[in-house]
Order: sequence, then C-alpha cells, then structure tokens
Amino acid sequence: MENLVKRIKEMIPVENFKKQNSMLCFFTVQEQHIELILSYLKNNEGYTDLIFLQAVDYLEENKFMMTYMLNNLERGMNLGINVFIDREKAEMTSIHRLWSHVWQFQREIHELYGINFPGSPRVTEPFVLEGWEEMPPMRRDFDTMEYVERTFYPRDGRETSDPKKHMKEKLYKNYTEVPKIRREND
Amino acid sequence: MENKDIKDIENAMKLANDGLPEKERALFADARPSHIGPANKYLEKFMNWARSRSLWILAFGTGCGATELRPLFTSRFDASRYGIAPRPTPRQASVFVIGGYASIKTIKRIVRSYEQMQGPKYVVALGSCTINGGMYYDSYNTINRIDYYIPVDIYITGCMPRPESLIAGFEKLKENIRAGECDGMNTYADNFDWYKKNQKQIIKDWNMPDYNW
Repeated sequence: MENLVKRIKEMIPVENFKKQNSMLCFFTVQEQHIELILSYLKNNEGYTDLIFLQAVDYLEENKFMMTYMLNNLERGMNLGINVFIDREKAEMTSIHRLWSHVWQFQREIHELYGINFPGSPRVTEPFVLEGWEEMPPMRRDFDTMEYVERTFYPRDGRETSDPKKHMKEKLYKNYTEVPKIRREND
Repeated sequence: MENKDIKDIENAMKLANDGLPEKERALFADARPSHIGPANKYLEKFMNWARSRSLWILAFGTGCGATELRPLFTSRFDASRYGIAPRPTPRQASVFVIGGYASIKTIKRIVRSYEQMQGPKYVVALGSCTINGGMYYDSYNTINRIDYYIPVDIYITGCMPRPESLIAGFEKLKENIRAGECDGMNTYADNFDWYKKNQKQIIKDWNMPDYNW
C-alpha cells in the first residue's frame, strides 16, 4: 500500500495518508485531480470497484468531504479517497463515465446534500423526497425538529422521568445509601 | 328553480382533481366518498359477524413492521387459523396493516391504496411510529401520527410488536367489528375535506386524482 501511495505521490499531491488496518487506507487529494486518480487506480492498479460514494458536512470548516471507496477484488484491499470541496459552491466533478452506476449515488447526494454534479444523467430527479421544497435535509444547518413541528402533528403526552429517581419516590421511600464495602482484592 | 340549485350544489361538491393534467381529468371520477349506513339492524349484525370471520389483509408492507407479517402467516403462528389471509390487490382486501413508520413517499401510496380498497375496510396500525413517531419523531421524512391521514381502527404498540401481539390485536379488531364499532370508512367519508387537507399539506407533488376510485 505504501508503494502505491509513493507512485501516486509522484503524479499528484497527496495529504493525510492514514492506514486504518491491513485492508483499508485513506488519503486526501485535491478536487481537480479526482478524475485522474480514479481512472489511474481503476485502469492500472486493479481498483475496479467503486463501493460507495458519500458526502460529509463539515459545517464549522465550511466544507463538504466526499469519500470515494474503491475495492481491489484480487488483493482484497479497500482504498478511500477523500476530497474536500467548498460548501458555498457545492459542485463536484461527475465521474459517471468511469463507473456506470455512479449516477445513482450522485443523484442521491444531490438531493440530500445539494451538491451539484454537472453533466451527470438524471441528477435532478427526486430520489427519496418527492416534492421537497426546503433546503437539502442532510445539511447540518437544517433544523429537523423545527420542520417536524411545523409540518407534522406531534402527539402530546411524551413524558420522561429518570428511572432511578422515580423508583426511589415510588417504591423505596425509606431508601438510604448503603456504605460501600471494601473488599480485600481492591 | 329548485333543480338548478341542487345542480349548483352538486357541481360545487365535485372534486377538482387539480393535480392531474387537464386532458386526463375527465378520465377519473370526481365524486366524493359517501356515508353508507347500516341497511337493517339484524342483517348488519349478521354481516358484521361474517366480516369479522374473514379478514383479508392487503399485502403491502409499508415499513419495517411488515417483517412481522411473514412469521404471522407462515407455519409457526399461522394466522389462517383466525381467518386472516393476505390478498395481493387493494380491491380484494378489507384490512390494511400499516407496518411501522410511514415516510412521505409511502403515505402517498398508502392513501392511494386505502382509497382503492372496497368498504367496509379496517386499518390496523402497528408499532410506536404510527402512534407518535416512535424513534423517528424528529425525522424530516417520517410522519408522526397516521390518524391524521387515514382513519385507524386498532393500534398495536411495540417496537416491533411480536406476532402474538398482532394476533391479539386482530382478535380485538374482530370484537370491535362484531360490536359494529369499526366505522373508519364512514369517518373518512364524513371528514373527507379534513383528511385531504392534511394529506395535501405533506404530499407536495399531488399528481393523482383527489379520490382514487
């Protein structure tokens, strides 16, 4: 795996190389190199499978992190490639030419995070949310509780009580703290 | 003169079917559901007894609770003993089991299937999600209370309810049917506008007829 990263480092800048275990590594590349690095790994290094494509919202840093998880069937290795993109612009290179199923992932990410993939087929079609009019719901500044109270009809009567306190009041009125016994092994 | 007034009222009572494209509106019915009372006291009693003996469930698993219907119908719990059988289409079914949480995308299909079922029809809502949202009480995509969208006859609590409690719920439903208390179809017809208002509030892309008969 280290050799692979060495070969990639000769081509493009690579940051934050992290070996999770013997089967899984992560590193970060820049946004403009993603198509190059993915096609290199697919064609030359045997990472022929894209398992998933996901986005993480880093609200504090004003960034989205995209993770492309690749799999090498022959060697049984997984490789995660992280890319940070700007949260305000929220646009990413579409890789639907490399893997034919990627358009579905990109369509879902477009709906849930509002990240645009120019050129990706059917990317604006609704996936899970039909007729959604709010901001993309998986963004962290979307307040789900406020939306639920505004849209649905919460049922009253949801009460919480601390079980320990409740039991003390109801059952063990004469309860006193038992002094802790010191055992010899301690 | 009077005939004209009645016609005006009839026209005003017709459903608009706004969600459909204009050329398709004529293809669908614009009539509302109507309140159907009992025909005869003794006949109704006999009919209710017969209805309670053959509950046909619509085979439409609407949430994770639908997994509990598989053991219910297979050999261990064998719901056929109680006269409960699954049916493939809404037209043949009389009981609709809401299996747990209902997302907005599903509630559109639930409403459509429920309205296509022939009366008398009963709704069994299982799981805490249908009662107050359960663990999805703050989810953006899951409704909190199912009884704002379709009338419910029996709730079965639990997350998930076991097949035993489902059988107990069906027994309770049978009792209620025999007592003539399960009148969800008429409740839906009487409060049709209120139910439609609630449904249209969450289903934003309403592209089906207002009443799906």
